[in-house]
Amino acid sequence: MITVEGLTKRYARHVAVNNISFSVEKGQIVGFLGPNGAGKTTTMRILTCFLPPTSGKATVAGFDVLEQAMEVKRRIGYLPETPPVYPEMEVAEYLRFVGKLKGLSGANLDQRVDEVSSRCAVADVKHKLIGKLSKGYRQRVGLAQAIIHNPDVLILDEPTAGLDPKQINETRDLIKGLAGDHTIILSTHILPEVEQTCEQVIIISQGRVVATDSVQNLQSGTRGAETIRVEVSGRDGSIEAGAVRQKLEQVAGVSRVVLRESSPVLAVLEVESLKGKVVRGDIARAVVQAGWNLNELHTAAHTLEEIFLQLTGAPPTLESSVSGEKE
Amino acid sequence: MRNIAIIWKKEIDSYFVSPVAYLLLTMFGLIFGFFFWNAVSYFVIIGIESQMRGGGGPMSVNEYVIRPLLSNVSVVGLFFIPMMTMRLFAEEKRTGTIELLATSPIRDIEVILGKWLAALTLYGCMLLFTALNFSFLFRYGNPDWKPLAVGYLGLLLQAGGLLAVGTLISTMTRNQIIAGAATFGVCLLLWVLEWVSGYETATWAVVLSYCSVITHFESFAKGVIDSKDVVFYVSLIFLGLFLTSRSMESLRWRA
Repeated sequence: MITVEGLTKRYARHVAVNNISFSVEKGQIVGFLGPNGAGKTTTMRILTCFLPPTSGKATVAGFDVLEQAMEVKRRIGYLPETPPVYPEMEVAEYLRFVGKLKGLSGANLDQRVDEVSSRCAVADVKHKLIGKLSKGYRQRVGLAQAIIHNPDVLILDEPTAGLDPKQINETRDLIKGLAGDHTIILSTHILPEVEQTCEQVIIISQGRVVATDSVQNLQSGTRGAETIRVEVSGRDGSIEAGAVRQKLEQVAGVSRVVLRESSPVLAVLEVESLKGKVVRGDIARAVVQAGWNLNELHTAAHTLEEIFLQLTGAPPTLESSVSGEKE
Repeated sequence: MRNIAIIWKKEIDSYFVSPVAYLLLTMFGLIFGFFFWNAVSYFVIIGIESQMRGGGGPMSVNEYVIRPLLSNVSVVGLFFIPMMTMRLFAEEKRTGTIELLATSPIRDIEVILGKWLAALTLYGCMLLFTALNFSFLFRYGNPDWKPLAVGYLGLLLQAGGLLAVGTLISTMTRNQIIAGAATFGVCLLLWVLEWVSGYETATWAVVLSYCSVITHFESFAKGVIDSKDVVFYVSLIFLGLFLTSRSMESLRWRA
């Protein structure tokens, strides 16, 4: 449905999107994941014919975004980061306006306006001014506007940004409900969102695609090895973290030991096993035999978050794990 | 055509649901009403005086009332035009709705024409106020309607050109105040350019004063359609709208 080949967007001073390629099958929901400034919005703007690419080729439903822009625009529904609504219009009036822009008319237009406003749960505010609506409602009006002409492809730029948790869930359900009829690309920097809504993930960082895979594959890809979190303290109240680390490194099947936190009385370490090895028991034994207290030991599941951090090059830092514990 | 109408209607609605249109129309109505009252009072006094002196034949309403008033409208219009165009694109750029227009199956030129025609329509509504006042002249006097009609044509052409310039400037910024102020500056400059012809006759001065929008209105105010002036205004409209479409395209390359 969507193919992107060697797409590059260069501005005067920097490259926003650098030679990216991917393709999306019909009916899929694809998560476009990346830190802020990674090039998500730029890519989406190219796909919606808002920006022309510097080089490379992108097609939507078989039409080139540069050569056959009108055809692409007819088949695409787009929700930009801020919903493109006119505050001085009423919801129904706005949806009619967009519907007409997209080429609908007559009874078909009326029917579609009713349909999308009930589908996006904005029917109850149909005759309110958009400027008076809450952020959540405005976002849903934005979504309604994107699907009004029943497009083949939906492009949603951070559809849940700025919503409260309840609204986020509602919006996610709404998007999931739209899959099947529509091919959906949604961008986000919120990982659970991708885990919950998308089948396929494209991770981009600094303008490059660093991974394209299904959510399941990505999660299991690194699962062969396990990461174990160990908290150790000394029996007599003091402990030397370096010694603990050395000891654990000697355990068979351990590939790497990272010191996460240390104080004179406590050491927290992360132990990575070699692929396919189960080392929890050996670690526990090693700690106890060395005469230390084993306060805590658990496997840390590979979340998409870790995969994401690995792939985008941001190392999992001491800070992030500390603050994670405080929470 | 259909797309132009969609955009036109949306812009007209947004002029008239906000206080913008009502404020502009009210202010213009007041100002023009004052001009009209002045012109008619002056005309009446001059008329009585010339009768008392027993001189001359009947005075022409067209020449003493309508013609100076039309020239006044053409100058006052310069002050109102920036307020009509400053919103057109700057607002869409600020709120991000330009992305909706640019990703809908509608061509740039259709958006531009729709918006420009909406602004021209609002200007036309302003002229209706003057028609209301002029109708009293027809009730109590016997002016010739043809020069008046030509005057209106001239006003619409002149406004069309300046509105096209305003539309162009509105695509260049996301700040309405900047768009308004810049348009006002350009309008003012296009008015005063003709002053150089008062003291200088060199070629550059002739060219400069030719570029002044006001000088080209004089023949219309007299009730004469001079093709030279029509060409000037129509060229200004085309140039303004053409550059607007270029500017909109460049937004895409830069944005």
